[in-house]
Amino acid sequence: MEVSMEKPQALAVQQKKELTQKEEKTIPARYYVPNADIYETEDALTVVLEMPGVEKKDVNVNIESDVLRVDGQIDFSKYENLDPVYSEYNVGHYARAFTLSDKIDQDGINAELDNGVLTLTLKKSKEALPRRIAIR
Amino acid sequence: MMLSDQFETLFKLQQALEAFRTSSWLESSLSGTGAYPPINVFRKGDDFVVITEVPGIKNSDLDIQVKGNTIRVAGTKSVDYSEKASVHRRERLAGRFDRTIAIPVQIDADQVKAECHDGVLALFLPRAQQDKPRSIKLN
Repeated sequence: MEVSMEKPQALAVQQKKELTQKEEKTIPARYYVPNADIYETEDALTVVLEMPGVEKKDVNVNIESDVLRVDGQIDFSKYENLDPVYSEYNVGHYARAFTLSDKIDQDGINAELDNGVLTLTLKKSKEALPRRIAIR
Repeated sequence: MMLSDQFETLFKLQQALEAFRTSSWLESSLSGTGAYPPINVFRKGDDFVVITEVPGIKNSDLDIQVKGNTIRVAGTKSVDYSEKASVHRRERLAGRFDRTIAIPVQIDADQVKAECHDGVLALFLPRAQQDKPRSIKLN
C-alpha cells in the first residue's frame, strides 16, 4: 500500500465570530458563533460544532418548527482570581441556529460532547428518507 | 449570586480580555512557526496561566514541551467524516501546528502542569523562586 507522504497543512487561526442575530440579547455579554461542519448521510444529518470550554451539563439543543437551536454556556467562574496580562481571543457563551430542510425525527436526536466538540446526529423522519423505486 | 450579576461578571471578563489585546507583554519574545493556537495569558498571584482553545484535538495529538522559560505547543488537528457523507458546510479547519511561546519571566520548568478539559488547554507556570518579587521593608 502506498503511504501518502504529504504533510498536513499548517493550521491557521480562525478569529471568533461574534453572534449577530435577528433577536438581540438582553444581556451585555458577548456570544460567539461556534464553527460548524454539517454533513448528510442517507438516514441522518450530522452537525458538528466546536464549543471549547463548554461542559456537558451546559449544552442546550432544541428543534422547534424546523429550527435547530444550539446554546452552550461556558463556566467563567474558572477565570476567577486570574488577571489577564495578554490576550489573543475572547471567551463567551456560544449560540447558533440552523433552519433544517429535512424533516427530523425528534426522538432520534443524539448528542455527544467530546473535547469541546459537540456532535449532533439528527435522524431523518421516515417520510424524508429517500426511497429507491424499482423499475419493472 | 444573582443571575444579572453573573452576566455582569462575564461582561467584565470579556472587557478585560479585550483591553489586553494590545498588551505588549509577549511582544518582544514571540517566536515559533505559527500563531495557532491563539493564547490568553493570566497572572495568578505570583504565577502565570496560559490558556488556549484546542477543540477536537485529542490529548495524544498534543505535544507540550518546556525548556527554560519557553513553552512549545505542537500537534495535529484532524477532522474526520464518513466517506459516504455529502458535506453541506465545512468551517472546522484541520492541520498541524507548532507554536513556541517565550514567557518574559523566569518559570520553574520542572513544576509546569498542563490540563486539558472540554477542548481548553491550561498550562500552569509557577514563577521561579529566585524570580519572585520580594517585599522590601522600610526602616
